[in-house]
Amino acid sequence: MELELKEMLHDLETLRKALPDHPSNQTLINKLQSHVEHVCSLAKSVPVRRSKVKDMSAEVVDSNPYSRLMALQRMGIVENYERIREFSVAIVGIGGVGSVAAEMLTRCGIGRLLLYDYDKVELANMNRLFFRPEQCGMTKTDAAVQTLADINPDVVLESYTLNITTVQGFNTFMSSLKNKAFRSNKDSGGVDLVLSCVDNYEARMVVNQACNELGQTWMESGVSENAVSGHIQLLIPGETACFACAPPLVVASGVDERTLKREGVCAASLPTTMGVVAGLLVQNTLKFLLKFGHVSPYLGYNALKDFFPTMEMKPNPQCSNAACLERQKEYILAKPARDAAAKAKMEAESLSAAEFPLHADNEWNISVVDDSEADKSDAKSSDFLPEGLMRELPTADDFQKPPVSEPTVSSNDDLDELRKQLEALNAA
Amino acid sequence: MEGWDPNTKSTLTQIPLLTTKAGPRDGAAWTQRLKEEYKALIAYTGMNKSNDNDWFRISAANPEGTRWTGKCWYVYNLLKYEFDLQFDIPVTYPATAPELELPELDGKTHKMYRGGKICLTVHFKPLWAKNCPRFGIAHALCLGLAPWLAAEVPILVDSGMIKHKDDVSTSSDL
Repeated sequence: MELELKEMLHDLETLRKALPDHPSNQTLINKLQSHVEHVCSLAKSVPVRRSKVKDMSAEVVDSNPYSRLMALQRMGIVENYERIREFSVAIVGIGGVGSVAAEMLTRCGIGRLLLYDYDKVELANMNRLFFRPEQCGMTKTDAAVQTLADINPDVVLESYTLNITTVQGFNTFMSSLKNKAFRSNKDSGGVDLVLSCVDNYEARMVVNQACNELGQTWMESGVSENAVSGHIQLLIPGETACFACAPPLVVASGVDERTLKREGVCAASLPTTMGVVAGLLVQNTLKFLLKFGHVSPYLGYNALKDFFPTMEMKPNPQCSNAACLERQKEYILAKPARDAAAKAKMEAESLSAAEFPLHADNEWNISVVDDSEADKSDAKSSDFLPEGLMRELPTADDFQKPPVSEPTVSSNDDLDELRKQLEALNAA
Repeated sequence: MEGWDPNTKSTLTQIPLLTTKAGPRDGAAWTQRLKEEYKALIAYTGMNKSNDNDWFRISAANPEGTRWTGKCWYVYNLLKYEFDLQFDIPVTYPATAPELELPELDGKTHKMYRGGKICLTVHFKPLWAKNCPRFGIAHALCLGLAPWLAAEVPILVDSGMIKHKDDVSTSSDL
């Protein structure tokens, strides 16, 4: 195009010389020339994709996409920022939270992103960030890859357009999480973290199932239907509560057929709340991956009161998820090793600290008593109660086993026979 | 269960309950579960027929029994409205209920998620969760789909969103 425009300019010049020197001719040609020059400059500003960067540099120049991130090292926040290129993060659900989280991680220079969604971009999504109107009709994964690859070509992007709750989708999901092609020397799994950014209970249970089976650490995020609260949660299988450990509130509430909502199932959403939750999620992700600050086990966000509750949840020893119980068992078995490691770390720290007595004289014989012993006895059994106190309610630590299905020896216990029976009923 | 009509209640008590807690990834246990699903569906379909309240057809679309297809219908103002019915058994079944789909109604009502998945969140999901693993496909149809059709079809017809197939064919024949 540029060549054509140059030739056009050249022709105009020839035309100017050839035409009789009349003022009206000259003005017209000048006008044409300035138009062509304008188009020339527009053509030059057509976005060019930046080339890949081999090493992250801390050099402060306008052309370095990583200078502000590498400055985190100089500020003493992150020890080695460039490690971010070794990490793989899987994002399940590329909606209002997932897409923004993906963009944040892409801009941070994450090594690899795996994106999962089965939905398409719609105009109704435009009240949220990231997707653009011209992407309507594209799958969310394709549209995301398009934008993210432009923003940062250094990130390895994998898109999976599938529904993880189906048997087939789940198998693909599991094998993609196990694939270690990106970093062959890794002793752990194929990804470092899974981020759940889905909008329904079923999909969360599926992510929970996959991560419990793989022993994969993940973070869950959510925004309420009324768009004014949200949360993020860190889930380490066996160590913290899994998503099935505590049943959702709605299970405990009474229901009524008449509560079938008349106004429909359209949930409210705000770009602000979703952006805040995505920000909290990726902040926690960066802290977890790059090992700085405190990684929140749970962080809530109440937009109406600007209240940010935090809490910790231990796994439920009666969890209905079998894989969760297995991970819990493993975690308890690994306790001595963990304690030894913690002790070694403590000793190393105390060694590096001052070795001379803090106070030369101790006139009053003050001694510091280690209170970790008392803590331990507490932690050892939650049954421990001080003398004189008793529990009002009986403990229910015996898991109520569902009645073992007796081998029902009925006349028709053949699957094909049953199928035929139903077909016969259907045909009648 | 308070608030449900006595008919639904009495029907529900007659559908055999399931005992095996197994999903499609559980091998032999899933086969056992599948047998129980069939028994419950056979009992429910038979019961509907004998009560002159036949309102659906459903059968497994693959040998593993993870995908189901069929039809369901609802009679309103003496006219029968019939819809395709389909659903997948989720990997976390029976901890999570199947998401029943009526693809023909996709986009015609707000009470639906994308792809024609009917909204079961309030009236059915809590019941399912409380009764896991005793409820199966038959219970999902009885307590999930039936009340949805009863609530939605009259509105869809009255608002003109759906037309009876006779009306459609006569107008297109002309």
